[in-house]
Amino acid sequence: MHSNNYTFAFAAILTVIAAVLLAFASEGLRPQQEANIALEKRSDILRAVHAKPINPNEVVTYYTKNVAELVVNAKGETLSGLKAFDLVLKDEYEKPENARQLPLYVYTGKDGKKYYVVPLHGVGLWGPIWGYVSVKDDFKTIYGAVFDHKGETPGLGAEISTEIFQKPFEGKTIIDDKNNFVSVRVVKKGQKVEAGPTHMVDAISGGTITSNGVDAMLLKCLKPYLPYFEKLKPNAKP
Amino acid sequence: MSAEVNAPVKQAAPKEALFSKKNRKALFDPLDDNNPISVQVLGICSALAVTVQVKPAIIMALGVMLVTAFSNLIVASIRDRIPGRIRIIVQLVVVATLVTLVDQVLKAYMYDVSKKLSVFVGLIITNCIVMGRLEAYAMSQKPWPSFLDGIGNGLGYGAILVFVSMIREIFGSGTLLGFKVVPQFLYDMGYVNNGLMMLPPAALFIIGCFIWWQRSRNPKLINVS
Repeated sequence: MHSNNYTFAFAAILTVIAAVLLAFASEGLRPQQEANIALEKRSDILRAVHAKPINPNEVVTYYTKNVAELVVNAKGETLSGLKAFDLVLKDEYEKPENARQLPLYVYTGKDGKKYYVVPLHGVGLWGPIWGYVSVKDDFKTIYGAVFDHKGETPGLGAEISTEIFQKPFEGKTIIDDKNNFVSVRVVKKGQKVEAGPTHMVDAISGGTITSNGVDAMLLKCLKPYLPYFEKLKPNAKP
Repeated sequence: MSAEVNAPVKQAAPKEALFSKKNRKALFDPLDDNNPISVQVLGICSALAVTVQVKPAIIMALGVMLVTAFSNLIVASIRDRIPGRIRIIVQLVVVATLVTLVDQVLKAYMYDVSKKLSVFVGLIITNCIVMGRLEAYAMSQKPWPSFLDGIGNGLGYGAILVFVSMIREIFGSGTLLGFKVVPQFLYDMGYVNNGLMMLPPAALFIIGCFIWWQRSRNPKLINVS
């Protein structure tokens, strides 16, 4: 039997060795990992506007060529001097409404049409969920939607990152006939949205909390961009 | 000096060959007679979860193999110094360190695969194969045989994973490693992919059938329980 002192010393030395090893690995690999995350963000934005080719080597060049980054505030003004890509959405939404600096990505398609990609951030059941929704230049029809999550339950909440869930968003509208903001609601069978079926998307059975998270995320994150969209409309009052 | 060298060495044990019979047994037994999944019935959870496609299954198998091999090696090399009262904790720290390293490397260099494997890389820590082999083998054996035992168990685990994932990917998605293998004319004739194969229970059925086949074929496994 080893003495108590030996046991403590052994545990301490082992801990220090493990900690040093992991700290070096984490620091050494971080640039590569962050590059991967940035690359994923760019491909997600491109996926939200159905932009191909998604050859992993060409994503960055394709993105820089076709996507413009903007920062807008609650009044619908564009802010200069900020890098939209580096803004942390979670932090922005914790600020009071008027102080938020929100990124917007504008993709110009091959036909010259513009698509506005709104980044989303919300909470699911186990952790953060996020996504990108692209709006056509009528500023109410959804062109594409991409969602992802940190650790929702595989087969249930995690289904939000699959096409089965994302595809139905296409063609839905966020503004109703009376020009009110309704968003696209994620609803269960039997539930109805007053403004009509163009504002409804099916929720995931067994993934209610995650579905509700997506619903709340869309409500929260689409609204702040409306003043900016309003200004871009052709018949907008100056 | 020379006298010492010339003196007959009486008590030193004969040096064991690198691949002696015992070492070969440590390496190859887990592939069949002592397979961690189908015989020891360890690591079932991840075998159900990561076998929808072949590529993640291969990466997962490699990850588990690296962790079992090197944790066995490390623990076996310090087995005489590990205080008995905290030996499980020490084993856990070794395993957790290795798994975290694997996870970080995957995140840096194989990001898409690491996303598919999601939580299951981290869960290698709690994979019973790893701790089971440390307690049952590495704590009482020399480093080299322990290393081979780790490789062997990783291979045995990986063999089942790849086998199950091949069946699931072919019948569930009609592809193999992402390449289409089910010809289009079959689909035109009305063939559809089997949705059950995409779900975890399919893996359980396949592993069950495999155990059945293995036991009917291998006389060593009949009535061992």
